[in-house]
Amino acid sequence: MIAVVSGLPVHAQAETQLKENGRYGIGRTATPAEIAGWNIDIDRNGGNLPPGRGSVAHGREVFDQQCAACHGAKGEGGVGDQLVGGQGTIATPKPVRTVGSYWPYAPTLFDYIRRAMPQNAPQSLGNDDVYAVSAYILHLNGLIPADATLDAGALSAIKMPNRNMFVGDPRPDVKNPACVTDCAGKK
Amino acid sequence: MMTEPTDPDDNPALDMASDNAATSRRGFLREGGALIGGAVLAGGLKGEAAAAGADNLPPNIPEWMKAPGDPMGGQPYGTPSPFENGVVKNISKNLKQYISASGRSPLGDLDGIITPNGLFYERHHGGVPTIDPEQHRLMLHGLVERPLVFTMEDIRRFPQQSRIHFIECSGNPAYTKPYGKTASDVAGLLSCAEWSGVSLKLVLQEAGLQPEAKWIVAEGADAAALTRSIPVEKCLDDAMLVYSQNGERLRPQQGYPLRLLLPGFEGNMNVKWLRRLKAVTEPAYSREETSKYTDLMPDGTAREFTFYMEAKSIITRPSGGQKLKQPGFHEISGIAWSGHGKIKRVDVSVDDGNSWQPARLQEPVLTRALTRFRLPWQWDGQPAVIQSRAIDETDYVQPTFAELLAARGENSFYHNNAVQPWRIDAQGQVTNANA
Repeated sequence: MIAVVSGLPVHAQAETQLKENGRYGIGRTATPAEIAGWNIDIDRNGGNLPPGRGSVAHGREVFDQQCAACHGAKGEGGVGDQLVGGQGTIATPKPVRTVGSYWPYAPTLFDYIRRAMPQNAPQSLGNDDVYAVSAYILHLNGLIPADATLDAGALSAIKMPNRNMFVGDPRPDVKNPACVTDCAGKK
Repeated sequence: MMTEPTDPDDNPALDMASDNAATSRRGFLREGGALIGGAVLAGGLKGEAAAAGADNLPPNIPEWMKAPGDPMGGQPYGTPSPFENGVVKNISKNLKQYISASGRSPLGDLDGIITPNGLFYERHHGGVPTIDPEQHRLMLHGLVERPLVFTMEDIRRFPQQSRIHFIECSGNPAYTKPYGKTASDVAGLLSCAEWSGVSLKLVLQEAGLQPEAKWIVAEGADAAALTRSIPVEKCLDDAMLVYSQNGERLRPQQGYPLRLLLPGFEGNMNVKWLRRLKAVTEPAYSREETSKYTDLMPDGTAREFTFYMEAKSIITRPSGGQKLKQPGFHEISGIAWSGHGKIKRVDVSVDDGNSWQPARLQEPVLTRALTRFRLPWQWDGQPAVIQSRAIDETDYVQPTFAELLAARGENSFYHNNAVQPWRIDAQGQVTNANA
């Protein structure tokens, strides 16, 4: 049996009394420096992109050293994903999803390369190198010229070809009538 | 060069070559009796074991009764019988790489609704990190009144809750051939456990969400720093920060020391090795929620933020790779689940989909958890096709594969929850009727 006082079970009352201002007082304040060190997310508009810049030419050097072994010399794929090509295939029976053909936002490239690549040493590239290798991959996809240099503003300004092809979740999109008897003829 | 529009790490097509021989063999042998199964599994001991087997059968006294068994303490952490050493995760031997990869639960060899921790499916994107819990921190920042840092000890001070929920990878399986041979091949990126931890809502209240906070970006402390965005409504509903699984601390493969649990949402969002939660106004549009985990339609549009795993079921016994040794009684048994709540009914057909009858649901029937179903069946020894379909509490009915393909084409990759038919031939051999 649960004893009830003032309409609340005793354990709920105790919980309310233990909390000050609705809080347990657990954890400590995160300092701005701690947050700055860990807050590496770049939003789709390029928000939170760091200072720095990198050219397509330098990006090719970084790519050859750090990326080509898995992604192929021209981003054609290998152990790692294909990064280049596929534009015009997405609505066909054999879609080829790459940075150029499928990714909706260019700043995501910086975000992902910095946090997760190269796979054997993530978060080892400096920001200039990440800008540069992003530029090279975008250049291989025909989205920026060979003499381009990217910084936060230039990367954020790039419009990816597939940007407007993403839609919300329409499910449930399939209705099974749940036939019970003589279903063979109703297929 | 990859020409398929798939995530190679999620792609069952690459896994099927593995054939999962060990578990298929066990399923076959289970029908034939434990002693023979043990003998064959022991491999080179076959002759010796077979001879010993006769000596251990009635009216003789089994050898294991004539001497004391192993003393206490030989196994401080218990492991399965050596006769069960074929029951392991279904991990393809033909993956291009194993750092971003997946391994399946051996569904055809499991009973009940709880997946043993050692057989829980795995999917990781940057390997499995080894994290010292003393040096692990959870940071909560962004649109909050008080940005906070928690130690694991802090997290465990919050009021605890324990709940049973499934987690399923959204690519379970793809829509393209080959379709897989066993239940594990077809649906093994699915497992279910009792999770213990703290309601995420309590932790968020501790920091104080600002009104404009609409999404929470969760990040893992793995080499992929995997990032997904979660609607704040889910975070304030049934989301949990989990540190224990089936009573013991999380396994490293499941996010030790801390993971996010979002009941009913696709597996990838249940971020493991959780180190950071950031309250924001709109999603991060991370690589994992744009270039991956979006569902491509035939017209070139792609569905994004497809969170829920819709109702699904699969017969696990008898299932692909197993064999019915003789006509007569066989219980049909399987599992059903829905990201939208409780399973309301499971129908089973034993005549290639011409007629359906409700199966018995094994209690407990829990929300967003596996539900075990059973149907007694007399097999007449004739070829048959058996299959199940789940109906959840929203009255959603699990679709057929043909219905899904008609709506989505075969390149959408994720969220294939089609009815799975198994064909049984006159010899009792069970195979995938889709193959």
